[in-house]
Amino acid sequence: MEIDPFIFRLSIFILSIFIGYYVVWSVTPSLHTPLMSVTNAISSVIIVGAIIASLAGNSENIFDTANLFGFLAIILAAINIFGGFLVTQRMLQMYKKKKKDK
Amino acid sequence: MSANLSAIFYLISGVLFILALRGLSSPETSRQGNFFGILGMVIAITITFLYIGNFSAGFIYVLIFLLIGGSIGAFIAFKIPMTAMPELVAGFHSFVGLAAVFVAISAFLNPEVFNLGTAGNIKLASLIEMSIGAAVGAITFSGSIIAFLKLRGIMTGSPITFKGQHLLNALILISIIIVTYLLCSTQSSNLFWILIAVSFLIGFLLIIPIGGADMPVVISMLNSYSGWAAAGIGFTLENSALIITGALVGSSGAILSYIMCKGMNRSFFNVILGGFGATEQSFANTGKEQKPVKSGNAEDAAFLMKNASSVIIVPGYGMAVAQAQHALREMADTLKKNDIKVSYAVHPVAGRMPGHMNVLLAEANVPYDEVFELEEINNDFANVDVAFVIGANDVTNPVAKTDPQSPIYGMPVLDVEKSKSVLFVKRSLSPGYAGIDNELFYKENTLMLFADAKKMTKDIIKNL
Repeated sequence: MEIDPFIFRLSIFILSIFIGYYVVWSVTPSLHTPLMSVTNAISSVIIVGAIIASLAGNSENIFDTANLFGFLAIILAAINIFGGFLVTQRMLQMYKKKKKDK
Repeated sequence: MSANLSAIFYLISGVLFILALRGLSSPETSRQGNFFGILGMVIAITITFLYIGNFSAGFIYVLIFLLIGGSIGAFIAFKIPMTAMPELVAGFHSFVGLAAVFVAISAFLNPEVFNLGTAGNIKLASLIEMSIGAAVGAITFSGSIIAFLKLRGIMTGSPITFKGQHLLNALILISIIIVTYLLCSTQSSNLFWILIAVSFLIGFLLIIPIGGADMPVVISMLNSYSGWAAAGIGFTLENSALIITGALVGSSGAILSYIMCKGMNRSFFNVILGGFGATEQSFANTGKEQKPVKSGNAEDAAFLMKNASSVIIVPGYGMAVAQAQHALREMADTLKKNDIKVSYAVHPVAGRMPGHMNVLLAEANVPYDEVFELEEINNDFANVDVAFVIGANDVTNPVAKTDPQSPIYGMPVLDVEKSKSVLFVKRSLSPGYAGIDNELFYKENTLMLFADAKKMTKDIIKNL
């Protein structure tokens, strides 16, 4: 019998949870806020679904209901992607060592 | 582009996201990590365009909306003050949640494009996956909105509780399961809308009973939810980048919630069921008001510090509220010029989100190697001349170690009372969030400095 592709996706999912578990435990506590903002940014990869949704259907009517929800999702996800990565960058720039100070 | 090739690229961007989190294991590698994250995102988006291969009018609109969202996001990222990070993160979580809901709706209305069957006859597995994605997304959205309003101070930070709250929540959760079941057997679109509406409602109800100082747990939990929502959608869309990311973010948020709960010695359910301190408050405030307290001014504080050889600064949420971090760093610089050793002690739940204090100190140019976690520094208090507590309260309360009756008993606390003298900057003697008196106020070696944190710090600098 052939294995349902769902099982493969489930395997990816479960293994990724374990990767996440070990990777996140190694994150230094002082970077927990950047961790949250960067996870925010990467979870907005959901924009992939939004793009597919908004380009779906017949091309005569670009703005039918299903597409419209896709477009809205694109805006939301894009805010998060740009906002999330940039604010993380801004925070990380501030973490400096002693050296040139004083 | 073929489905197989695009799947490989999605896998690559998933791996880049893992590296992005890995980079955060130390500040030196963190910026590179963030770059990996951005790269992964660019790959994912580009591949999606190539895979669809439809560069018609719709494509232009996608780019336009992408740029609109992107510029709003960039604008926020550059304008936001660092003290507002907790509400920013809560707000961003709500967007992820809502985007998940929208994608699920779109997939429900137009399943053909996602290869999920036809409207009214969607594959069962896909329907379950999109229901989970939509429900968790909706809970993330409304929960994060409440968290945002509470952190912003638009809504009261104290717990909102009412009779039968837990029963109502339990009923709603059961109804979500029933509605999902019915939805899968009937494919009725009305049930899909009901599912989303009820999920919005439960997200709202789950967060209102949780008070301000428990926000670190709530934000981490919502972070986790936003990940699970993304993973649910990832299964629907059969997209590995989304599944990997969802799992990463989900476990990341779960670990952070766990760390925060440990920092308060409370179980996760205890926090989620809410209303911390509400029952103990009356008992805690009785009979202790008349104890003598030594209070001083900036001159006294400056005198004590000038004669010290080492100082540990303990910042808390009050420092964030007063925006005192820059003044604090100036004070530390002055002390260092006088050859006084300065370090900072950060409790895991200080502030309103994980790592809140570290970001503020970093913003004020405090080098991160002067900032220590609870376990790293707690033994040093015994050898230090002055502990300078600014805006923290419950996390320094020795009661957590001595009084089994206390609601915070067992919570790991900073051993501030062991230092030779304690300077405690606070606006009044009022108890902290947990509603209990801090014994530290009445200790022989404690000098209370009643003032706004920023003003007091500036006054101390003048006197140094």
